[in-house]
Order: sequence, then structure tokens, then C-alpha cells
Amino acid sequence: MSIADVAIVGAGVVGCAMARRFALEGAKVVLLERGADLLSGASKANSAILHTGFDAPPGSVELSCMQAGYAEYQAIRESFNLPLLETGAMVVAWSDAEKAALDGIEAQARANGIHDVRRLTASEIRAREPQLSHRALEALLVPGEHVIDPWSPFLAYLLQAKSHGAEIRFATEVISGGFDGDIWTLQTSTGEQRARTVINCAGLFGDRLDARLLGTASFQIRPRKGQFVVFDKAAAALLRTIVLPVPSERTKGVVLTRTAFGNLLVGPTAEEQQDRERATVVDDTLRGLIARAVEMIPALADAGVTAVYAGLRPATEEKHYRISAHPDRNWITVGGIRSTGMTASLGIAQHIYKLYEEMGHRHVPVAAPATPRVPNLAEHEPRDWQSAGYGEIVCHCEMVTLREIEQALSGPLAPGNFGGLRRRTRCGMGRCQGFYCNARLAQLTAGHFASPLAVGDAA
Amino acid sequence: MALPSERSASVDALVIGAGPAGLASATRLKRLGLARVVVIDRELEAGGIPRHCGHSPFGMREFGRVLTGPAYARRLTDAARRAGVELMLGNTVVAIDTGKPLVATCTSSEGIVRIAAKRIILATGVREMPRAARLVSGDRPIGVLNTGALQAYAYLQHLAPFRRPVIVGTELVSLSSLLTCRKIGARPVAMIEERSGPTTRRLFMGLPRLLGVPVLYGTRITDIRGMHRVEAVTLSGADGKRQDIECDGVLFTGRFTPDAPLARAAGLDIDSRTGGPTIDQFARTSEPRIFAAGNVLHPVETAGWSWREAVRVADFVAADLGGWLPSPENAITLTPGDGVRYVVPQRIVRGPGGLPHIQLRATGDVSGALVACSKGQRLRTQPMTSGPERRILAPLAAFRQADSDITFSFDNRRSTASRSDATCV
Repeated sequence: MSIADVAIVGAGVVGCAMARRFALEGAKVVLLERGADLLSGASKANSAILHTGFDAPPGSVELSCMQAGYAEYQAIRESFNLPLLETGAMVVAWSDAEKAALDGIEAQARANGIHDVRRLTASEIRAREPQLSHRALEALLVPGEHVIDPWSPFLAYLLQAKSHGAEIRFATEVISGGFDGDIWTLQTSTGEQRARTVINCAGLFGDRLDARLLGTASFQIRPRKGQFVVFDKAAAALLRTIVLPVPSERTKGVVLTRTAFGNLLVGPTAEEQQDRERATVVDDTLRGLIARAVEMIPALADAGVTAVYAGLRPATEEKHYRISAHPDRNWITVGGIRSTGMTASLGIAQHIYKLYEEMGHRHVPVAAPATPRVPNLAEHEPRDWQSAGYGEIVCHCEMVTLREIEQALSGPLAPGNFGGLRRRTRCGMGRCQGFYCNARLAQLTAGHFASPLAVGDAA
Repeated sequence: MALPSERSASVDALVIGAGPAGLASATRLKRLGLARVVVIDRELEAGGIPRHCGHSPFGMREFGRVLTGPAYARRLTDAARRAGVELMLGNTVVAIDTGKPLVATCTSSEGIVRIAAKRIILATGVREMPRAARLVSGDRPIGVLNTGALQAYAYLQHLAPFRRPVIVGTELVSLSSLLTCRKIGARPVAMIEERSGPTTRRLFMGLPRLLGVPVLYGTRITDIRGMHRVEAVTLSGADGKRQDIECDGVLFTGRFTPDAPLARAAGLDIDSRTGGPTIDQFARTSEPRIFAAGNVLHPVETAGWSWREAVRVADFVAADLGGWLPSPENAITLTPGDGVRYVVPQRIVRGPGGLPHIQLRATGDVSGALVACSKGQRLRTQPMTSGPERRILAPLAAFRQADSDITFSFDNRRSTASRSDATCV
């Protein structure tokens, strides 16, 4: 069996960006993911905001990774056909206490190098966002905060990594492993894998992987659940700018934002739990989120709910990223990457590659990187249905074409489950939630997934 | 059919939606002599929802015989074709520009077509409320769907989405789902209903009994579990008792809601009670060149009802093209009061003709009288006993002379003879 330079464990936002970075630097990469598809764990649910880092801890690794990630995304996104919905964000003070906190947030933003922030008075807020509740007292405008498609970038990164030789193994769980002073031999659920260096990007299971293979974990994952409500597309006209709350120590708080897909999103909650697999939605909590959204935008009272979801963030007992290198064991742990991970992922990958080089490894970077273009899913850029020859529209709510679905199913990184197909195309994610298209999708995806939509033929 | 190769076209009437209402109105418009009538539908086959209702009865009102849904859909489609209606299938209307003229932008695999139309009839129908919008707790595994999707599995794809589902709801469609389950060889483990009794008529609840499906009233689904596919649900009774039931699917039935994003996008006034566009008694929406017919107006009626209503709407469209409809200005509004979920039409104008009935729905069981009040005066008291999701009609003729807004409410007390008008204010 061939020996990889690096085995990356986990195909979440961090693992996918990592695989791309190492492949571009010329390393022979293998990516091991226990789920049936990329973004199967913590990464499948987030608020899809590309953050500037204005409120990150000054001088932190998190801040530098966010800013590097932000810059790299902006630099590469067009070559991959990745969208950017330029919204800006407002940290809105709804009470006098919150108003008093804006000075500190503004000072921190400036200290973090975000110099285009500015204060908005109540009437300026109203002029900018006429549907926002008039209870908004004052805000800090952060023009650089934007919305992206939270899934397609990572598909693009993996496609690029794959085109430079990375091997991607889904449904492959690392069970145990041994290090002989030079090479790691990993036992996985689909066989043995050897690699010189292991990079732990295992998200919600990062501490367990460290404990299992290194013998000790330097941190403990404390899963934090976030629930979200997606409002109907008609509601997207009610807001332009992302509305951020004045953050608390524990969480960035409940955000109200447009999505790249033309909806309006409210969430997440921040709920500690033990379970690392199940992220359930809870009716009363969802109602609470809707009530919170209606407080902010009263017209949302009449808006339909399109979807609800929940995800787990891999929080730890401390707030900061838990990155550690173990040069004597050829091992790097990238743990505790919470809410800011999607923004920071490309920056984290740069940071980790530097650590890896400091451990004495060298490769010859790819001279001419391939840039595979991914299908655009964002509503403000041309969609597939706008070019002829698409066959038919399969999902009417999200206007997903047969051509898109067939390409996703036959592509070089075909989805391993229905969730993966949804994230690649948006099929079934609209207001009818499959009333019109689910059966057709069952027929189109027959034979593709380990967990198929249909349990069998009609008797 | 020439249309898709044209980049633009001009028609007398464009009907959006090829279900029973859309096909009925288009067929009628051709028979009334309109030169060019086009029905557009995003599906590749005409017929709408009945295409995948494999059960009877359809067609009594329209064809005087009992048909299955697919046979009924074929007959409606054939009738439209024979009358000279042009069908544009596999075409999606993505925008309606309400300038002069009205222009619908349509997309198909062949490209974008812009259709200028003298009149548009929206007949986009209804769908059921999915699990997400009902805010049901739990995991989000595969195997949770609506009856419409189940029917499409059974009758269009010949597939089974589950074998042992829990069925949520006791509307007529819930009972039809039992038949569809039988068709695919699925055996529902339970049928549950949040209310203390069935939503549909008690008489019909013989069907689950016959099929051996236990019906649990006063019961809600409070948790869905399953990492990939549904494995179990938790049911909670009104008494607070909980029970876990193993199953491999959850079928959310009914709670119909108009599929009206196009009406919203066109800027039409939307009734928050029906979820569809508001109309006057001639089925004119807030943009009087755009009419609406069928279940997009009133969740939910039978195919036969929608068909007959749409034939009338076609008559109004033809009359309007002849300049014979009264002005849409100075309408009085009809609003739902206590115990009334919705009222259609939402406004009436002065003038003869129009839909013969005002259609209403009760919010729950009612026993007493439907009372119409205007300016504190009782215009009409209509004794009745009814329930949710039942057809309730009031004759439009009784309100033609009203000169100010009317509120409809239920007075649940039986003695309705000469009570104070206080409840009318």
C-alpha cells in the first residue's frame, strides 16, 4: 500500500480546505471521512456568513485565520464560480445596555484592522432597513461582512484537491492507529491507511481521535447545538443587511440574515448537550426563534417557514481554537473550530501548512493549479435553468434542473447520500419540502445512496 | 405546438396551471370563441394533482361517471386539446409583469419565452403543509413526507417511500393516503389527530377501522427519531401520556396551503387566511386583468368543485374581454370574524352576476348560526352545524345590496332569533 504524506481526518469545512492546501503545496493527501459525504458533521449547518473578524479576540490565531481565510476566499472565488452576496452587517443595539457596549465593539473592530466600520443612528438604521423594528436604538455597520453559499466552496476545494492527486475516502472511520517513529498506520472501517503525518480535523470527534491515537487529548469537545429557521423567499425582500446582536461571552447570538439562496434565516440558538451525533429541532425553541425574528422584523409574522434545521458546533471548554502540533508524533490537531470555521477554513489551512513546514516537511507546490468550477446555487447569480437544454425542472421551489441533478450524481465527487445531493443542488430544500419532487428524486437517485429515498418498489 | 420555438407570443388568455381548474377554464374559453388560449404547466404532463390520485371518485360533476384520478386527468386534457387549447408543458412561469400588456416570462429547456396576454388566470393549486412548516420536533431523517409525494411515489414512480408509516391527520386526504398505502403494500402503524375527533366526517373513519389502522385522537407527534431513515416517533396525548412507536416513515397529510409564490411575486394582494390571492365575485385579483380559479383560492376543495368554479371564471374572463364586467373599484370587503377561518371572495363590487356563492371555512366545530354583519346590523343569519375543512356556502345574492364591509362570524348559541347586535360590532 502506498504511503500518503498526510492523512487528513474529517471532511468538514476545515478538512476540505486542508486537503486543498496540502494538495496545492504538492503533498500526497488522503482525506478520511466517516460520513457518507463531505460536510456530514458540524459543517453542514451554519449561518453562511463570511466574517471579517471584527469581533474576534485581538491577536488571536482565530482572528488571523479568519482574515486570511476571508482574503483568500475573495481572491479565489471567481475562478471556482463561488458566489458572494454583499450585504454588510449591523450589530444592532436594542437596549441602552447594548448601546453602551457598541463603543467597545467598535474599538475592537478597529484594533482588528477593520477600519470601515461606522455607527448608524436610529434614523439611519430605518433609512437603510425600513422593515426593521423601530426599537433598534443604534448600530455598528460592518460593511465587509457578507453571505456565501456554505456548501459549494468546500466541494470546489475537494475537487481541486482531487485533481491534484488527493484521495478522498468517504464512509471511512479511523478506528485506531500506530506510529513507528516515521509512519502512521491507521486502521479504518474500510481498511488500513499509511501516512507520514496525520492532521486531525475531526470536528465533533477531534478530542476522541486525539485520545485514541495519541493517548491523550488536550481539550474536550462540548457539543453546542444551534437551531435555525429559514423563512420563505418572499421574506428576503424584508432585509438587506445582516443583523447581528451584541454578542455575549458564549456565543455570537441569534443572527437574522439573508441567504445566498434567496431566503431569510434566523438562528442559531446555543444549547450545550452531550450527544455528538443528534441535532434535533425542538418545536418550542423554533417558535422562540420565530418570535425573536418577528420582534426584529414585524412583517415576518406573515412569512411562511420554508425549512428548519439544527447543527452542532464543536465547542470546547475554552473559547479559542485548539490547534496543537506534535512534531515528535508527526501529528497536528485542529480542534475546537466553532462558529467562525467556515470563514477561517482557508486561513486555518495556510496556518497549519506553515506548522507542518516547521516540522521539517517540504514539497514542491503545484505549478499550475486546476480550478474546477462548481455549479452556482446562489440566487443573485445565473442559475442553471437560465440556460437552455436543462431537460426539465425537477425541484420547482428551488428551480433545480434535471441537468444539475444528473451532473451532481455522475460527477467526480458524487454525493454519498440525499443530504449531499441537496447541498450540491438545493433540490428538495424549498417551501414544499419535496411535495412535488421527492418521488421523482427517489427515482433519479435509485442505486446511488446507501440510505435510499425509496425502501423498494410499490408492492 | 409552435410556442416554445417562439421567443415571444401574444395570446388572448394565458392559464397558469394545467390541473382541473386550469384545464376547465381554458377549455371553456376556447368554446366561448377566444382565438388563442394557452395553458402552461411546469410538469411534463397535464392534469395536475389527479394524475397521481389513483383512487376514485373523480368526474361525477364533469363527465357524469366515476373515474380514477389519472383517467379523469386524461379526459380533462383531451377535452382541452379537442377544444383547441394550446398546452405548453414543461414550462415554468418565473415572473409576471403587470405593465401594459401583461407579460408572463416562462422558461423551458428550450429557453425563455415571453407571453403577452390580454388576461391571465392563475390556477396554481395547493399543496400540503410539510413537516418543517409545522415545526415538529426531532431528527430530520429520510421517510418524512406529504400525501402528494406519497401518491407520486405510488402512481408515477411505482416506488414505496416506507412500509410502516405513522399518518398525521384525519382529513379526507388522510383517508385517501390509507388507500395509497395499501396500493404500495405499506401498513400504517397508526393514524393520529391532534383534535379530539376526526377532521373529516366521522362516518368516513370506518376506513381506518376496516384496514386495521388504530386512530389516536388528542394526540400529537412530539419527536421523530432516526439517523438516516425514520426509526421511531414519540406520540403525546392530551393527558400528557407519551408513547414511543417504531415506524419507518411519517406521513403529514392535509393542512393545504395554496401554491401562490407567483401571485406574491406578481405583487397581488394575498389573503393571509387562505394564503392565496384575494378576489372579487368575478375572480379578479387585485390586478383586475389577472383572475384566479380553483384551489389557489380556497384550501381545499374537490377537483369537481374547482372544475365548475373555473368554468364560471372563464365566463367572467370572456365577459371582461367584451367590456361587460362592472368596474373593480369601490368594492366592499368580506372579512372573517369569530369562528371563521376564511371567506372567498374577499370583496364584492356592485353589479349582477359573479360566483353564486360565498365560500367559507370554520375554524373548528360549529353549531349555531353563520351571521353576516355590516355596520353593526345583521344582514343574514344562516343556521348551521359544521366542522373544520367542510364546505360552507352563503348565497352571494343575499349581499348584493350591501353598501359597506361585511364580517362573517359563527354564533355558537342555538337561539339566534333576536339577540342583540353587540356581537356584530
